Amino acid sequence: MKRPSDYYQRDVSRHPPSFAPGYKTSVARSPGLALISLEQSQGDITGPVFGHNDLGPLDNDLLRNFATSGDPVGERILLHGRVLDEDARPVPHTLVEIWQANASGRYRHRKDTYLGALDPNFGGCGRTLTDETGYYAFRTVKPGAYPWRNHINNWRPAHIHVSVFGRAFSQRLITQLYFEGDPLIPLCPIVQTIPDPDAIDALVARLDMNATVPLDMIAWRFDIVLRGRRSTMFENRKEGN
Amino acid sequence: MDRLGYLRQTPSQTAGPYVHIGLAPGAAGFRMYDRELGWDIAGPNAAGERIRVEGLVIDGTGSPIKDVMLEAWQANAAGHFAHPEGGGAVEDGFRGWGRVITDFETGEWGFDTVKPGPVAWRDGRMQAPHIALWIVARGINFGLNTRMYFEDEAKANAADPVLNMIEWENRRPTLIAKRQMRDGKPVYRFDIRIQGTGETVFFDI
Ligand SMILES: [Fe+3]
Repeated sequence: MKRPSDYYQRDVSRHPPSFAPGYKTSVARSPGLALISLEQSQGDITGPVFGHNDLGPLDNDLLRNFATSGDPVGERILLHGRVLDEDARPVPHTLVEIWQANASGRYRHRKDTYLGALDPNFGGCGRTLTDETGYYAFRTVKPGAYPWRNHINNWRPAHIHVSVFGRAFSQRLITQLYFEGDPLIPLCPIVQTIPDPDAIDALVARLDMNATVPLDMIAWRFDIVLRGRRSTMFENRKEGN
Repeated sequence: MDRLGYLRQTPSQTAGPYVHIGLAPGAAGFRMYDRELGWDIAGPNAAGERIRVEGLVIDGTGSPIKDVMLEAWQANAAGHFAHPEGGGAVEDGFRGWGRVITDFETGEWGFDTVKPGPVAWRDGRMQAPHIALWIVARGINFGLNTRMYFEDEAKANAADPVLNMIEWENRRPTLIAKRQMRDGKPVYRFDIRIQGTGETVFFDI
């Protein structure tokens, strides 16, 4: 039987280490022993498949998907981009999920007790499938910065949490995107868990004036790159010897 | 982009304490979607033994972590994944993928599914039945991959290519769930220790 091809190795230099003491919570939540490296098998090159039946029509519209008495307060934004792999091939029909604070920096979560006001018309989560070209788009508001207990005067830069599946469980990724020009980015201990400044830069969404809808909303562009995949050539050699 | 022209991988960031808002809004305290994803791992048509899987995720201080999200990925009882490259057809409604969060008070998590069948390793040897788990939480910068095997598959476990690849034999049992019966249904207990004594084996895949 011809074995399907593997995904490229994890580029560990791009990702934060598990143990990053500047982000205090990671200290007791990071493995102390090295991860064991595994060649991929069928469970790693497959992953869940989602379809339009899984989603509702307003799921990617955070301006509307929770609103009852009007639009949410805050800067209206279009967040859009493409999901690609390392070979710049689009990742079509993959599930992208986002969650965020409202314009006051407050989350709709029973554990969030920040002073910032809740917005009755803003839930703060959305999801969509990429199209044939890997493109996705959400309408939402720009989230506010919020304080958190790490050092006592730490503030998270405005950010949106992003979850993406890709085609295989080995491509699974959760990350956060930031907004170009935010002076809190270099001060944030969670951002700074990433050692490579170029990798941090890849989490910064760019102001996209071409996609901005005049008199309506400002656009921010955020492309996501998942692990690429080997071509099948020369993949039939016996393994393990 | 690197010098060979490859794009470079988007870095991971912690899922944070409010992962529920995006991925399990019901637990965050509000109703958002008609249908949240990940509760139906093995729909009613799936063949095989119906089981429950439960556990805790424990940090380096010995405390349960109460804001974890776990995702499960598994084959059906015939050893097929619900994916175009999954090795064969699966039952209508079998997804093989699940998403659970830990209880805010106790840290307990659990899901109902069917026991997966064996799947071949790269060289054709059979792997023991197992469920892949992916763990994210506040303080976890990069999702942790592990595997849960079944105590009652001792013979298959002893021959499993992945378990045998773990050089430290005393670490292999960290991947094997304990079986018990509750109300006539098998329940597998799988506590995951992130750090310290009895640290669970995690994989770089
Ligand atoms: Fe956040």
